[in-house]
Amino acid sequence: MSEHITEHAAEGAGHSVEEAKRHMRTYAIVGVALMIGTVLTVWASYINFRTREINIIVALIIASTKAALVAGFFMHLISEKKLIYLVLGFTIFFATGLVFLTLQSMTPESIIHIR
Amino acid sequence: MEIPYAVRPRPDTGLYNAKMGIWLFLASEVMLFGALFSSYILLRVNADPGTWPLHLLNVRLGALNTVVLILSSVMVVFGWASLKMNDFRAYKRYQGVTLLCALTFLCIKSYEYRDKFNHYEVQLKNGTIYDGHIDRENKDTNYFAFEAARKVDSHADLMLPPAAELKLEPARIPMSKIKDRADGRGKEIENYGPWHSSYLAVYFVLTGLHALHVIGGAIVIFAIWGPLAKLWKTDPERYINRVEISGLFWHFVDLVWIFLFPVLYLL
Amino acid sequence: MQETSHAPEAHHEELGFWRKYVFSTDHKVIGIQYGITALLFMLFGFGLMLLMRWQLGHSGQAVPIIGKLLLKLHGADMIGADKSGAVGVISADLYNSYGAMHGTIMVFLAIVPLAFGAFGNYVTPLQIGAPDMAFPRINMASYQFYVVGGLIMLASFFVPGGAAKSGWTSYSPLATVADLHRPNGQTFWLIGMVCLINSSLLGSVNFISTIVQLRVKGLGWMRLPFFVWAQFVTAFLLLLAFPPLEAAGFLQLSDNLLDTSFFLPTGLVVSGTALHVSGGGSPLLWQHLFWFLAHPEVYVLILPAMGIVTEIIANNTRKPIWGYRSMVYGALVIGFLSFIVWAHHMYLTGMGTRIATFFQTTTMMISIPSVIILTSLFISLWGASIRFTVPMLFALAFLPMFGIGGLTGLPLGFNVSDIMLHDTYYVIAHFHYIVAPGTIFALFAGIYYWFPKVTGRFMSDFWGKVHFALSFIFMNGVFLPMFFQGLAGMSRRMYDGGLTYLAAPGANGSDGIPGLSKFVTYDLNRVIFVSAVCLAIAQIPFIVNFFWSIRHGEKVTSDNPWEATTLEWQTPTPPPHGNFTKPMEVFRGPYEYSAPGQERDFTPQNEPDAAEPMTHGNPVRS
Repeated sequence: MSEHITEHAAEGAGHSVEEAKRHMRTYAIVGVALMIGTVLTVWASYINFRTREINIIVALIIASTKAALVAGFFMHLISEKKLIYLVLGFTIFFATGLVFLTLQSMTPESIIHIR
Repeated sequence: MEIPYAVRPRPDTGLYNAKMGIWLFLASEVMLFGALFSSYILLRVNADPGTWPLHLLNVRLGALNTVVLILSSVMVVFGWASLKMNDFRAYKRYQGVTLLCALTFLCIKSYEYRDKFNHYEVQLKNGTIYDGHIDRENKDTNYFAFEAARKVDSHADLMLPPAAELKLEPARIPMSKIKDRADGRGKEIENYGPWHSSYLAVYFVLTGLHALHVIGGAIVIFAIWGPLAKLWKTDPERYINRVEISGLFWHFVDLVWIFLFPVLYLL
Repeated sequence: MQETSHAPEAHHEELGFWRKYVFSTDHKVIGIQYGITALLFMLFGFGLMLLMRWQLGHSGQAVPIIGKLLLKLHGADMIGADKSGAVGVISADLYNSYGAMHGTIMVFLAIVPLAFGAFGNYVTPLQIGAPDMAFPRINMASYQFYVVGGLIMLASFFVPGGAAKSGWTSYSPLATVADLHRPNGQTFWLIGMVCLINSSLLGSVNFISTIVQLRVKGLGWMRLPFFVWAQFVTAFLLLLAFPPLEAAGFLQLSDNLLDTSFFLPTGLVVSGTALHVSGGGSPLLWQHLFWFLAHPEVYVLILPAMGIVTEIIANNTRKPIWGYRSMVYGALVIGFLSFIVWAHHMYLTGMGTRIATFFQTTTMMISIPSVIILTSLFISLWGASIRFTVPMLFALAFLPMFGIGGLTGLPLGFNVSDIMLHDTYYVIAHFHYIVAPGTIFALFAGIYYWFPKVTGRFMSDFWGKVHFALSFIFMNGVFLPMFFQGLAGMSRRMYDGGLTYLAAPGANGSDGIPGLSKFVTYDLNRVIFVSAVCLAIAQIPFIVNFFWSIRHGEKVTSDNPWEATTLEWQTPTPPPHGNFTKPMEVFRGPYEYSAPGQERDFTPQNEPDAAEPMTHGNPVRS
């Protein structure tokens, strides 16, 4: 009965028992990678790069990599369905648009200075 | 009446309903936190030079919280995988650790918040500024007492990174020496709450909203782990789906913090 | 039984009154709840408008009949006495509150809940052959958030300082400093908005999941009724555009309650005293976050209306819709582009020509799919044998009214002409033409059209025609003059109807700028007021008809009284819990009217055909 439930349950999301075991190892490795990423980002923040901008870029690259690992492996995005990619794709596009276009529209003339 | 595809996926989309639903919800959350991050960027980029404080937050505590959340994410996914392998006891253990991590995160956050609310900036009539931790033991209302404070000559000096050999000393300042507020509502005594500066305002709103999501996520995970666990016996597929959905939300909460930590604490 | 699973409430027992009518998870009950609540809010918002139009046409005169009641409700701070001693003069602050709340209530508490919450909830699952929404309990929660948000908004009239008074756009810093009570009407407005936004978010997750996952067998994407496509795109707009406003709402709430300065610039002085805040904030940031939602919001207001009108036109022309595919792509393109046009509301903020040109370009682009949809509907009338039923009258009127509204938006979309027209009555005329004789007419059409399915009775045909004729005349009576007022330079949101600028002489005795004429302000405002009162009277037959027909209307003689093709007419009347009493499968497109060689002039979507003509329906695609 329990095996029946296991097969049944596992197949519900398209995984077999062996696959699930392999996934555990992957998760553990990703977890370690995330911890290393954390150490890395703290260390990198203390390095005095030539400009502040480089610190920002380095931090964002590390953060994006960690985020991609969480999304790809923990949230199973790497094997998700096309529909989900579509939804997320549009979301990222609109979020980027919001930030980018708003930044572009804040010219010196548009900022209020009260004397 | 049965709703189709509540548990088994629909063949052409490959999804069961709740999975579609949670990803849509997470998309909206991306827009929510995205808007808040963009507010941060815009406020910072357009701040007058010398008005954006740095190094106000404890990097060690922030890094510790990051590690705690990453661990909780790993535990969540281990828990889900255990369920897929039909090991309910392992799932219970892993998810229990998740909940402990959530609690730890919130405790550290509360400590940080309290720390900020105990940190005061007092402006004197002669222009000097005292900045440090309030002495809560002091009951004498004629004085404002600091446990440990530093003294600077101007507001601009406060914005500079603290000197290597920072001298922090206790101080007792008579109220008569403290500057009055221009709007007549008391003295110029202000703690490091969200009203103190745009930076702290953004910090509190971003981390506060994130903390609310941690609380919400933890409550849902707890409910599924505890009171609603009997569904495992009657409908295991449905139960695993619930665990997966709550896990997806939790990973998102971790993801937001992965960006929050460097942006607020390190940059 | 592999794919389905039992919903927790296995209902072989009859539900009690509260579970059946108040705390229901049935999409039809929730749809009706949304509908009644939204119509009540619409009536309330309409009342606010009447008060405003009185003030504009009779500045400084006491409101007749209910003057003393207003004094009781709002207090002596807000309601004064006029020269003759009569009580009931609307103060400037109160006028501003009426204005802000009229906009907020109409947009967020009336139109969207009616178009999306009511029609969407009731009709969408039926049109896709589903037994209910994908998440029935979340559906109930979304209605409850809506009611709570609405009540908070209403309560805001009674807090110290009165309701929010900084426009439905709630620009900072005015929104934070207009009223220095804490908490104040603005606080309630913001909390109410958070509730309403959460309601929308839950609803949109539900709609998209339902439409994607619960379409019945054979119902491929290109066989969906346009109504469903419209609701689908609308749901995406709500899902992705609302969160930035929710974020901004939290930030402004923080400014309001916690003395933060997200949107307050440094050095702000209010009534002579410097505001004790940290400063460093950006008023422009509020505008960006607000309009990022509020522009897609206007497409939320129009798309469901287009969906309703399309269904009714197909049904009453007895022809397929011309250009169905183009309309679908048009709706999708509108949805996409609507996210990148928002700063055309902000041309006067000093953005710089480069970015203004970008937004102008995308704004011009988005007018194209709108025109495609409208044109397709017009062309659908060509060669048709039109049945002038009451729904069809409203649907037909929608076309030119929306046309006027949409086309008058073009000068606003161009940076250069917008400089003259921004914040004038021209803008008010433009958007009201789209929403009032536009969307609201479509919603009326939908009510007359689907009333027989919901209740099993027709609304009175005669009184429906009276309602239509009078509403049509007086809608134009209210809004047409506003174009001329705006072109003459009359600003919006002036509580005295522009009298301050009545041909005011220039400074230093020079010739100065010509002011507004008496005709544009005084006379046209009175015309508008009279039209508004007549418009109000014209709604009485509708309200009476609506309630009377529930019990006494002419009974339908079939489940499909309009002889329509879409699936909602294949249920018993009214549809039971679970909707369909036989298994549903779709074999053809949504508008197979007057197909050659068929006996009847319509073929329902679920009717199989032995020799399936592949030219009409599209092959099933997932």
